[in-house]
Amino acid sequence: MTLLDAPEVDTRPTLEARRISFGYQDRPIGVDLDLVIPDQSFTVIVGPNACGKSTLLRALSRLLKPTSGEVVLDGRDISSYPSKEVARRLGLLPQTSLAPDGITVADLVARGRFPYQSALRQWSKADEKAVSAALSATGTTSLSTRLVDELSGGQRQRVWVAMVLAQETPLLLLDEPTTFLDIAHQIGLLELFKELNRERGHTIVAVLHDLNHAARYASHLIAMRHGEIVASGTPAEVLTEEIVERVFDLPCRVIEDPVSGAPLVLPDGQPTH
Amino acid sequence: MSAALQAISKAESVDFGRRTVVIRAASLSVRLSFRTVAVGVVLIALTLLACLFGLGFGSFQVSVPDVAKALLGQGPEIIQTLVVKWRLSRVVLAVLIGLALGLSGAIFQSLTRNPLGSPDVVGFSTGAYTGTLIAIVFIGTSQGLMIGGALVGGIATALGVYLLAYKRGVHGFRLIVVGIALTAMLGSVNSYLLLNSELWQAKMAAVWGAGSINGLDWSEVRVVAIALAIVVPPTLLLSRQMNAMEMGDDASAALGIRVEPIRLALVVLGVALIAVTSAFAGPIAFVALAAPHIARALTRGTGALLVPSAIVGAALLVVCDIIAQWIFEPIILPVGLVTIVLGGAYLVWLLSRQTRREYS
Repeated sequence: MTLLDAPEVDTRPTLEARRISFGYQDRPIGVDLDLVIPDQSFTVIVGPNACGKSTLLRALSRLLKPTSGEVVLDGRDISSYPSKEVARRLGLLPQTSLAPDGITVADLVARGRFPYQSALRQWSKADEKAVSAALSATGTTSLSTRLVDELSGGQRQRVWVAMVLAQETPLLLLDEPTTFLDIAHQIGLLELFKELNRERGHTIVAVLHDLNHAARYASHLIAMRHGEIVASGTPAEVLTEEIVERVFDLPCRVIEDPVSGAPLVLPDGQPTH
Repeated sequence: MSAALQAISKAESVDFGRRTVVIRAASLSVRLSFRTVAVGVVLIALTLLACLFGLGFGSFQVSVPDVAKALLGQGPEIIQTLVVKWRLSRVVLAVLIGLALGLSGAIFQSLTRNPLGSPDVVGFSTGAYTGTLIAIVFIGTSQGLMIGGALVGGIATALGVYLLAYKRGVHGFRLIVVGIALTAMLGSVNSYLLLNSELWQAKMAAVWGAGSINGLDWSEVRVVAIALAIVVPPTLLLSRQMNAMEMGDDASAALGIRVEPIRLALVVLGVALIAVTSAFAGPIAFVALAAPHIARALTRGTGALLVPSAIVGAALLVVCDIIAQWIFEPIILPVGLVTIVLGGAYLVWLLSRQTRREYS
C-alpha cells in the first residue's frame, strides 16, 4: 500500500454499454448502442414515449438480456456476475412495483436487503443499520410503522427509494421516479436524488419526462429517439432548440432558466409529426 | 449457546410497528414477529389437542387422558391397539395432508398475488379427476391405477396450464385465466366420461371426487410423509424469494432473484404438494384456499406466511375430519364434503366482508 494517493480506479462504479442491441422477440428496440454512464454523475435519459429509454434501463440493469453486445459493470460483463452480486452493485427502482397487502414501511424497506441475506442470515446488524440509514436518508423514519397502502403517492415513492437505498449500491437506476406525483413531490424527490448524488456519492441514472427537471438536475443528459442515442452531454449541450425538435418533433425555444441558469425548454408550436 | 445468543426486542433501531424477536448467534440471524410465533405455538397446541380428541373419537369412545396414556404405551392393551394401531394413522394423515394443502395454497396465493389463488388455478384437481375417471372407465379400478390416473391427469393439466400461460415468462393473472379456461374444458370432459360410464364406475369416481381419508392407513402415511420430507424443505427455503416476488417481477429481479426459474420451481413444488394429497385422498376442497387467509388474519403478517398457513391447514383438516366422523354418526362423511361446506361458508363471509368494506 504505497500508492495511497493513487485514484481508486478499480473500486469506482462504472457502467457502460458496448454496441448493445436489445428488444423483445420480434421487436428490436435499440440497435448497436454505445454509452457510458459517467462515474458519480446524475445522468438523465430523456426521449419521447416508446423511444426505448425504459427498455435501455432494463438492459443496463440486466433485467433484459441484450441480443448482442455487452453491458459492462465495474469492468466485467454484467451477465457474468451472480445475480445477487449485481444487486449489491446496482439498484433499480422499476416503473411499477407492488406493495404486498398490509405491509408496513419498515418491512418493505427491509426487503431491499435480500441480496445480502441467506436462509441462515436473515436479519444481521448490517441489515438493521442499512434499513435504518435508508429510512433516515429518505425522511421516512417516522413512517416506518405505517402501512404502505395508507401513504400518499409522494410518501410511497420515497419509501420505494428507501427500499432501493437499503440495497447499498453505488449505482442507482430510476425508471420514471417522478411520474404521477405533483410538482412539489417531484421536486422533493429530485432534491433527494441530488443529495444522494452529491453528498453520498451515488451514481444516478434516471429516466425523466420533464425536460426542465432534467436540465436542472442532470449533470449528464442522454437524448433518445427511435431506439437511438441522438445526443449526450451536459444539459446545455443537449437541450438546444435544434436537438429538442429533432428528438421530440416539437418546435421550441430554449432560454436560460432564471432560477437555476440551466436551459429552459418552452414549446413553441404544434408537434410536427 | 445462550451466551452467544442474544435476543433483542426493544434495542432495535428500526421500528417495525410490532413486537419483533431478533435472534443472532454467530452467522445466524432471524427476525420474527412476536405475534406470528405466539399464534403458531397456540395453533400447534390446539391442533395436538384436537388430535387427541380425534383419536378418542369413534364407535368406541376413549377419553382424552386415556388416549394420552395409550400413546405413551400405558393403559389397557385393547385401548392401545385401538388408538395407536387403528386410529392414529388417520389423524397423522389428516395432519400431513392439511400441512401440504395449507402450504400449497400459500405458494399459489403468493405466486399469483391473488387472494383467490389456490392449487386449483392450475387446474390440478379437475385434471386429476379426469385422470382418475379415465383410469376407472377405460383401464381398471385398482388403487394403484386410480392414484396413477390422478397424478398423470393432474400434473399434465398443471403443465398444460403453465405452458399455455407462458409468454415471455408466466404472470400470475394469465395463469389464473388460462387455468379457469382449461378447468372448464376438462369439466365437460369429466361430464362426458361420467355419462358414458357404468353406474358403479360413476359411483366409484364420485367417492374419489368427494375427497376422503377413509380407509387409509400406515402404508399411505409412510408414502405421504416421505413425499413431504422431500418437498417441504425446498419450499421453506424459497420463502424469502416468494416474499420478494410479491413486489413484482422487475423489483424482485432487481434484488437478484432469477424470477422465472424460481416461479417454475414454486409451481412444481405447489403441484407436488397437492399431488401428494390428491393421490391418496382425492381433491379436498377449500383448505388450500382458506388456510393462508386464516393465517394472515391471525398473524397479521405479510408475505407468503408458509409455516403459519401449513399449521392452519393441519388444524383445519384435523377438525374437519372429526366433524366428518361425528356429524352423521355412524356414517362417516368424506372430509372433502365438510371442508367444502365450512370453507365455502368462510369464503362467502370473507368476500362479503371485503366488498362491504370496499363499497361502504
